[in-house]
Amino acid sequence: MTSKNIKTISDPKLKLEVLTKEDVQKIHNATLQIIEKVGVRFPSKRALEIWEANGAEVDHEKKIVRVKPQIIEDALKKAPPAYKLAARDPQQDLYLDGNHVNLGTDGCGVEVIDIHTGVKRTSCLQDVRDIARVADATEEVAFHWVSVSAQDTPVEARGLHELKAVWENSTKHVQTESVYNVEEAKAAIEMAAAIVGGKDKLRERPILSLMQCTAPPLGHDGGSLDAALLAAEAGIPTGFMTMAACATTGPITMAGDLAVGNAEVIAGTALLQLAFPGAPVFYAAAQTASDLRNGSYTGGGPEDFLFGAATNILADFYNIPLSMGSFATGAKEPNWQAGLEGSLSTFMASIVMSDMLLGCGFLHGSRIWSFAEMMMDCEIFSIIHKMMQGIEVNDETLALDTIAAVGPGSHYLGQKHTRKHMRELFMPQFMDRRPYSEWETKKDDARDWAVTKARKILKEHQPDPLDEKMSLELDRIIKSVEK
Amino acid sequence: MSEELFKEMAQSIIDGDSDISTELAKKSIELNIHPLEAITKGFVVGVTYIGDQFGLGEAFLPELVMAGEAMKSAIAVLEPELLKLGEAREMMGKVVLATVEGDIHEIGKTLVGTMLSASGFEVVDLGVDQSADKIIGKALEINADIIGMSALLTTTMVRQREVIEELDKEGLRPRIKVMVGGAPITQDWVKKIKADGYSEDAIGAVKIAKELVGKE
Ligand code: B1M
Repeated sequence: MTSKNIKTISDPKLKLEVLTKEDVQKIHNATLQIIEKVGVRFPSKRALEIWEANGAEVDHEKKIVRVKPQIIEDALKKAPPAYKLAARDPQQDLYLDGNHVNLGTDGCGVEVIDIHTGVKRTSCLQDVRDIARVADATEEVAFHWVSVSAQDTPVEARGLHELKAVWENSTKHVQTESVYNVEEAKAAIEMAAAIVGGKDKLRERPILSLMQCTAPPLGHDGGSLDAALLAAEAGIPTGFMTMAACATTGPITMAGDLAVGNAEVIAGTALLQLAFPGAPVFYAAAQTASDLRNGSYTGGGPEDFLFGAATNILADFYNIPLSMGSFATGAKEPNWQAGLEGSLSTFMASIVMSDMLLGCGFLHGSRIWSFAEMMMDCEIFSIIHKMMQGIEVNDETLALDTIAAVGPGSHYLGQKHTRKHMRELFMPQFMDRRPYSEWETKKDDARDWAVTKARKILKEHQPDPLDEKMSLELDRIIKSVEK
Repeated sequence: MSEELFKEMAQSIIDGDSDISTELAKKSIELNIHPLEAITKGFVVGVTYIGDQFGLGEAFLPELVMAGEAMKSAIAVLEPELLKLGEAREMMGKVVLATVEGDIHEIGKTLVGTMLSASGFEVVDLGVDQSADKIIGKALEINADIIGMSALLTTTMVRQREVIEELDKEGLRPRIKVMVGGAPITQDWVKKIKADGYSEDAIGAVKIAKELVGKE
């Protein structure tokens, strides 16, 4: 199964086992123990009522819920193991079936390196449009996270202006983490329903999905919970993302940190299943280690990469799709650190076949959007896509006839076999393989070529627009939320 | 004799051991050592040492946080004795700290609090998701010198402005100074909302706080 003009990793030939079956069972047992004995905080009236009705022990004052393992395990079994993320263009639907790695943009940034001036500034609505348009044209980007915040729109409806901007500029699936209260969630669902032709249609074709953060350690946010419940009720794929970070919001040891994050995610997921059995849900994670000197959320480094590979094993254990944070970097500009962190995190999350990867384009700990970074991240994804195909060994690829024809000495450039297979070699767009002297006169590099490519796309690419009447309808819904 | 005890006190802070620092504080009372002396010649020496090591990159955050906790425990024992003597510790100033309403990001704010405490400020950390009323109410209650607000979301940074406007309306500035921080906060924003101070990290926050109370 493939999606039109979208490159996803599938039928992987590489494998990696970071956790054994016994390891996973131990983490699972620890998680159940945490949920039963320590509890998880659910500061939402609706959530607490659902828990109470389903036999959990609820401390209403502290809003902490303690749940017997059986309730959690039974609830999780109701979650669908595979489903589709629909796109405005049905040919671009994405498969969350364990055999596709779909790349998304990163989301919710606060600043942008201006594509024309190269100067860093506050993000705005036009940025959301521009990024969506470039992502629409790029085959590596399979779906959007709402990339940056439209800070020139009213706070109470900002998440909605952003969604509209993406839908108007791309036909691909949209996932948002920028809608985290009931009012906006209601309106967002209404907007998505309007586009596909009604609430029932939306259940069949969820062109929108919702990601909410948990509140580590062992908590959730009230607004996020209520928004997630609404989305699950509407049949919109919904996931909880843990960011439990070693040393600050999680234990310093990785296994403990995994258990804490897992407790948050599966407790949240079980809640959605208890309320709406069979609702499409996903596991989401961006666990990492905190920097020991300044507490910063590193989003990079060896611990981060290992978490990237471990989490899909947990999600597989629960048989639900995973959305994994990758490409995160603390680098301030597209440089050595950004390339290193982007490559390793994405490789580790891909080799275990995470269903969704979040996401390309950011610098400085998910805060600054850079078009150059986005395009180079896409190339990294393409390289990993190629690597995941592994090495094919058969008569044709062993090429014995051709080897005999060339013999010792000579070369393979003139061979039909070479010509036939040459396009299977990876052709980089942004790697410098030129003579030294050429570089010396131009002194340009990947960053310049990447920005140039983004500029060209922005100038030339015309996405399939949203019907004008539909835009007006979306405006009407947005207006109803604005104060 | 007390020299030995002072050394042990400093060490208890360096080790981040609240049980021992509490015990040593009690012991100093039994031995009739002046509480201020126990603090300045004993415990503070440990805090200063860890602070210096941290600055050099030799000590890590958990050590700093635990030193702070051990210090708090010791002070909790000694402070009532000081009050009995009609004396008080000299503090840098009082700070009410919170993450603004609608925002649950906690770590950055907590680190700022830790650093301020370690540098001699009295810090009341209200926690996350705190309304303007609560923040201002607390500041008035404890007669705070500084209100410190953290905001990590572009949708909640506006709350910082609300608090400042409210303070201005009530004529509480410049008596109470306002310091802000958090991921989306920039110099431009700080100017726009007329905050008194801003810092991009916790170490910088201490410097700014000292300036705001005129002690730098
Ligand atoms: C008083 O004076 C001062 C002076 C200096 C001050 C100061 C006050 N306060 C801070 N400072 C300064 O000193 C501190 C120490 O050096 C520093 O504090 P920081 O807090 O910056 O640094 C800390 C030491 C480490 N940094 C952090 O802890 C924050 C890191 C990032 C990755 C982050 C995290 C970890 C979290 N998050 Co959230 N989170 C992000 C962050 C991206 C980033 N890199 O900042 C950001 C801020 N989050 C974001 C979002 C969107 C969200 N998050 C959410 C939740 C969370 C977690 C709970 C999972 C978690 C926090 C866990 C916790 N218990 O605190 C949700 C918010 C819910 C809510 N109502 O608040 C949610 C809305 C996601 C969702 N849909 O659920 C984005 C905001 C973007 C925007 N446009 O507004 C974001 C930039 C990441 C992103 N791109 O998505 C300085 O800023």
